[in-house]
Amino acid sequence: MSTAKFLVDGELPFCKECGHSLVTRNCERALTKLGYNPLDVILVTDIGCHGIVDKSFLTHTVHGLHGRSVALAGGISLGMSKPEKKVIVFIGDGGATIGMQHIIGAAHLGLNMTVVVHNNMLYGMTGGQPSEFTPCGFKTPILPEGNQNEGYDICKLVSAAGSSFTERVLGIGDISDSLAAAFSTKGFSLIEVMEICTVYGIKSNPGLKLSSLVKKAGLEVKVFESINRHRSHSFIKPTDSDLCSDNLLIKKKFDSSLKGRLAISIAGSAGEGVQSAAEFLAKAAIKSGLHVTKKGSYPVTVGVGFSAADIIISSEQINFTGISEPDILIITSPDGLSYIRTIITGMNKGKILIDDQLEAPVTRAEIIKVPFRNRAGEKSCSLYSIFWFVNTFKIIPVEAILQVFLENKISENVSIEKMMEL
Amino acid sequence: MQETNKKRKTAFIDGSRLITESCVRAGADIFIGYPITPADLLYKYAVKRYLRMMAAPDEITVLQWMSGFATTGHIPVTATSFPGYALMIESVNMAFMMELPMVIILVQRLGPATGTATIGAMGDLAVVNGTISGGSHLPTFAISNLKDCWDLPPRAIETAIKLRTPVVLLTSKEMIMTLCSFDLSLLENISKKQIMMYDNEEPYFPYKPDNNGVPSFLPFTQNKHQVRFNASTHDIKGILQNSSAEAINNTRRLHNKIINHLESYTLYESDEQSEAKTLVVSYDIAAQAAREAVSELRLKGKSVSLLIAKTMLPIPEVYMNILSKYKKVVVAEENLDGQFRQLLFGVAGRKGVSGVNGIAKMITPEAIITEVLK
Repeated sequence: MSTAKFLVDGELPFCKECGHSLVTRNCERALTKLGYNPLDVILVTDIGCHGIVDKSFLTHTVHGLHGRSVALAGGISLGMSKPEKKVIVFIGDGGATIGMQHIIGAAHLGLNMTVVVHNNMLYGMTGGQPSEFTPCGFKTPILPEGNQNEGYDICKLVSAAGSSFTERVLGIGDISDSLAAAFSTKGFSLIEVMEICTVYGIKSNPGLKLSSLVKKAGLEVKVFESINRHRSHSFIKPTDSDLCSDNLLIKKKFDSSLKGRLAISIAGSAGEGVQSAAEFLAKAAIKSGLHVTKKGSYPVTVGVGFSAADIIISSEQINFTGISEPDILIITSPDGLSYIRTIITGMNKGKILIDDQLEAPVTRAEIIKVPFRNRAGEKSCSLYSIFWFVNTFKIIPVEAILQVFLENKISENVSIEKMMEL
Repeated sequence: MQETNKKRKTAFIDGSRLITESCVRAGADIFIGYPITPADLLYKYAVKRYLRMMAAPDEITVLQWMSGFATTGHIPVTATSFPGYALMIESVNMAFMMELPMVIILVQRLGPATGTATIGAMGDLAVVNGTISGGSHLPTFAISNLKDCWDLPPRAIETAIKLRTPVVLLTSKEMIMTLCSFDLSLLENISKKQIMMYDNEEPYFPYKPDNNGVPSFLPFTQNKHQVRFNASTHDIKGILQNSSAEAINNTRRLHNKIINHLESYTLYESDEQSEAKTLVVSYDIAAQAAREAVSELRLKGKSVSLLIAKTMLPIPEVYMNILSKYKKVVVAEENLDGQFRQLLFGVAGRKGVSGVNGIAKMITPEAIITEVLK
């Protein structure tokens, strides 16, 4: 028990008889019972009537967006490595409606916080619209005939999601022991406090008793069993290695006769090693002292359809990494041909190395047919096409691509003799 | 960029790798991500490199978690593309209002909506410009080459800390996914940026500005002073107000601090020829084509100047000074309406100003040359 004050003196900013005042006073009582220092408490408030309470608290406070308070509290909780700090979220049934995913997610991840749901069964700040927590039959100013849908049972939802402590209480009398139980639970806890909005709820439902309303709605007032208690969160533990270390260096070991820039495009099918083959060529060019860029193109479903790559090799610094019209176009599959067809028809010069089973559209470029697929098979046809290109045109030394090949694990499974075949 | 053969250390790398390493060295200590193409590589490297990396369940949570981390003294970073950024916008406003430092890397791709995730674009400058309701700006940088991938993240982090604000780092698919031979010896040392904490016995007011118009920071982790953060209109104590003069002045200050310090984070590349009457302007990925076009034009004997903007928002005054010197201005950008051109010249434009625009493929040097020679 501490003697610290958690609230400023004077009235709270709520309507007369509003249940939010009862929640606030009982929170102070619970925190006092548990011996907290006010500045060890971070109160995160949502949007709604409850959210104007910040100024009354002597704790740290954060006033965020509608429905996002639990997510914000999650970041605060995760950002602190101080178990003595207590993160409390005040949220209404409206905020819990729009932010349901955040609440379930926080319970699922076992984020260290207590969520206090001020469920007065409607949107009080905007005129009494029904929320997803409004019980069936409950009347509001804009639904005088009564709500037609059943409301959420947030306690059952978060229990199932992994909440460590969950309780529904009626917003009547002393609820500080329940709040203290939630506050002292490690991991995620939630208290749903049932209230009736004094302005819109009571006036629209004269004579309605809170306890009978809650009972009729099938909402149990109790501590819920923790079905699947989660106490860990989904940290991905990274390593601390330098991403730009000297391990990346590629040393020049060969010379190239290339003067200026050569643009090479390769178009084939996903799963046939197009990107790897392009990288082999790029690295071999770097080993030959050239400047190189390589970009890939493929559909979002990376495992099917076309796969294409643009490689620029140059004796000069490369600024523009795009290729307007390739000098060399390699096509190894029908997918590749289909993707690159418009480029082919627009080509006025250059060479097209195309699998001999494919028919290129009319073009001014020189067409060279090569049995890429027949000789190397679908898995290796892209790599073979690069070897064929290097072996035939000798723009970079064959030894350079051989060295890149032998440095790669692929050399254990792919026959070098097959790759060198012309 | 200049490369010399002396001590050349060539690696075959993409921009994502440089950005990630640069962010971490500059002091970013938490990456919060939600997967989206084409920002995936930044996510992948973040797993390897950041001190802490968290997988959030959606992009709204990303920004909320980042904000939460920022209130506890961390410097968070995320990377996304337009669909994710669209979901983040309300929360970015929150972080702006709460004055929380963070960096959002926005990797542009072809829109609208989900568009084509694997095709690059430069279509989001207008969205970033309009992100903050009411006319304030997020300091926004655009990466124009691999060297910028290394040089700009520390400036973004420094600006985020100094001005206590979210900062946007614009880039695009081609910049962060294209592999290039790159000389690592060009990379300069990066100093770690640190948040200066309030260190005074006097009462702490979370939104009382210092002489620079920026409040001192204190995290929730301390228990000496009460700290309040507030996304609603608030006074210097951080208490919600309707429209008191103090609170409205505070909101106005949020705008002013970004504008008043603009010179300190104005970054651009100007390559002017005194006899040139034409200026080529570009940024982001189209800057590559602009550099090449200008180089080729000069080889052909055409005098032409070049401006590569790196600080995109707010618009630095120096850009206006440069633009005013040229009768003919060609602005190259990979979008349909010339978003930067409109920011520079308004919707009405100016005589002699034209754009090289397009979508679904990179702006080429040839297209810029054609426009310059018209």
